[in-house]
Amino acid sequence: MSIVALTMPKWGLTMTEGTVVKWLRAPGASFAPGDEILEIETSKIANVLEAETTGTLARIVAPEGAILPIGALLAVIAPAATPDAAIDAFVTEYAAPEPSDRPEADAEPVAPAYLEAGPGRLRYLDLGSGAGVPVLLLHGFGADLNSWMFTQPALAEGRRVIALDLPGHGGSVKDVGDGSPAAFVDAVGQALDALGLDRVHLVGHSMGGAIAALVAARWPDRVASLTLIAPAGFGPAINTAFIEGFIRATRRRDAEAVLGLLVHDKSLISKAMVEDVLRYKRLDGATDALRTIARAWFADRQQRVAVAAPRLPVQLIWGENDQIIPVSDAAGTVTHRLEAAGHLPHMEKASEVNRLIRRFIAG
Amino acid sequence: MSQKTIRQALHEALVHEMRRDPRVIVIGEDVSGGAGTQGGRDAAGGVLGVTKGLIGEFGEGRVIDTPITESAIMGAAAGAAVTGLRPVAELMFSDFLGVCFDQIFNQAAKFRYMFGGKARTPLVIRTMVGAGRSAAAQHSQSPYGIFTSVPGLKVVIPSNAYDAKGLLIQAIRDDDPVIFCEHKLMYDLRCEVPDEAYTIPFGEANVVRDGDDVTIVALARMVHYAIDAADMLAKEGIDCEIIDPRTTSPLDEDTILESVERTGRLVVVDEATPRCGMATDIAALVADKAFGALKAPIRRVTAPHTPVPFAPSLEKLYIPDADRIAAAVRSVHGYAR
Repeated sequence: MSIVALTMPKWGLTMTEGTVVKWLRAPGASFAPGDEILEIETSKIANVLEAETTGTLARIVAPEGAILPIGALLAVIAPAATPDAAIDAFVTEYAAPEPSDRPEADAEPVAPAYLEAGPGRLRYLDLGSGAGVPVLLLHGFGADLNSWMFTQPALAEGRRVIALDLPGHGGSVKDVGDGSPAAFVDAVGQALDALGLDRVHLVGHSMGGAIAALVAARWPDRVASLTLIAPAGFGPAINTAFIEGFIRATRRRDAEAVLGLLVHDKSLISKAMVEDVLRYKRLDGATDALRTIARAWFADRQQRVAVAAPRLPVQLIWGENDQIIPVSDAAGTVTHRLEAAGHLPHMEKASEVNRLIRRFIAG
Repeated sequence: MSQKTIRQALHEALVHEMRRDPRVIVIGEDVSGGAGTQGGRDAAGGVLGVTKGLIGEFGEGRVIDTPITESAIMGAAAGAAVTGLRPVAELMFSDFLGVCFDQIFNQAAKFRYMFGGKARTPLVIRTMVGAGRSAAAQHSQSPYGIFTSVPGLKVVIPSNAYDAKGLLIQAIRDDDPVIFCEHKLMYDLRCEVPDEAYTIPFGEANVVRDGDDVTIVALARMVHYAIDAADMLAKEGIDCEIIDPRTTSPLDEDTILESVERTGRLVVVDEATPRCGMATDIAALVADKAFGALKAPIRRVTAPHTPVPFAPSLEKLYIPDADRIAAAVRSVHGYAR
């Protein structure tokens, strides 16, 4: 095993730097996949960086409180027997290049693009390349492609991973037609065509999970597997107070309160996240789109849409503390229940969810 | 979505609303920009460049060049508003409000009240404020405090391009007269601005920066100086919260009060003069409603009570800067009874 750099990750489109909040492992400690290594804070969100592999934290380079650019060296991972001189040499060599010369610092320019689908222009973010079957990520009600900020980069190794803004959401057209599941399925089909994707692994969250399952039912040949995170459509229960509150919120305080329902740990909801939601909701047509969707999907405080798990490899991932859609098991599926996670396990337990998805789509 | 200047953001707001609603018109001195000059009509797009291209798309009927007579512009616009149009009138320099104040404060601001709530006056007055260009005492003032003191007027003072676009669209869709103040040194400031139309509600302050030690409330250009000051102070271990009210009428009192309840210290920054101004108004609000939370006197950082000097060196001294803001913050932070 060789010496490896642990660097500042890039979480989301706008992240350029992060703050080292707290080291959760001491120098010399060994770790296994999923172990929490350190806490990092960005302007948008604080999150724990978890180990991807087994290793030993040979040296901590970045002190707590340091604000560092993406790709900056945080720590050195090396076998326990590695001599100090070798680690010194690694650190010196790593720190030597200017930030702009280091490929990690300014890797592929991360900017969303647009495609034309039936309802109009849809925004998407396309990361990664390679021979692997691509992944398409479908966000939930009121969210956008940024909700995959921890997921998308982690999956984009050896394959394309595309996060789409569904109609009515993010930077996509705000015309959602009748807002029905069928309208979204059509739009996703058109997006697959426009992106030249014959076959994909689908990952969908909440409403996007139901849409993913319906897409798979419509075009089973085009879907290699389904990962459904706290999906809609697997039972009638839904917290419509969240849906209504989200639609109504125009001010910071209201938005903050309603977004708090999404997570187990409320400190995850940063000021910048609230501002992003408000910025979306202020766009002409956004609130009307959400109302139309809510009418089509929910009635009498229940979900109107029911989906059946199609005959495909399907895994469900659910937070035990989900306050929006409670955990439900679907016949013939594997359900991973994550502790201390609410409705956004892909953000609250990002490393765990990433591992589950990676393992599933590799199999 | 891309980086846009305040000038571009304002232009986009006007184009969105003129396309969306045929009742929206633009009226003011040289708003087509360049009529009678060598370049010809629309060569400049108004003295600020904000209205460039509008006459080509919307024609003379909706982009109305006027003579140099502010009283006629404001009178015509107020009348047009009560009869069903949604005029965006330009008062090139807010200093000229003296010659058209009756139309604004005694007419437009009063119609809703004096006609039993039956009249609406969806009028926007775009106007330039601010010192810093050595334009002397008659072209450098920031009289939004005067506007704010008039019941019936709404007053908007954006500090960045994102806010400028959303607040101007909100102003045009609002059914009451809105004075929209643009700082003359800020037109080229850039930030991310969506291509789509969007609105920002009035009376919702922007918390520019979170902090626990001292609350700084700042308007327009002073927001940026407050950020500079907060950066300096952070290195000294003083953690500043910065609040940009964005609109002074209505004023988001809750956000200011909640912040001071937490920090116990307030510095208000305004480049306008202090007497009966926004800094004094906000200081009074906090002294009245959050007195128990205060750990130190409230400090105001404003221009002195004098006309704006012409001499560049004096004008520089006149306008508050980051050093003065930082000094005020240090004085309240280190205050001991």
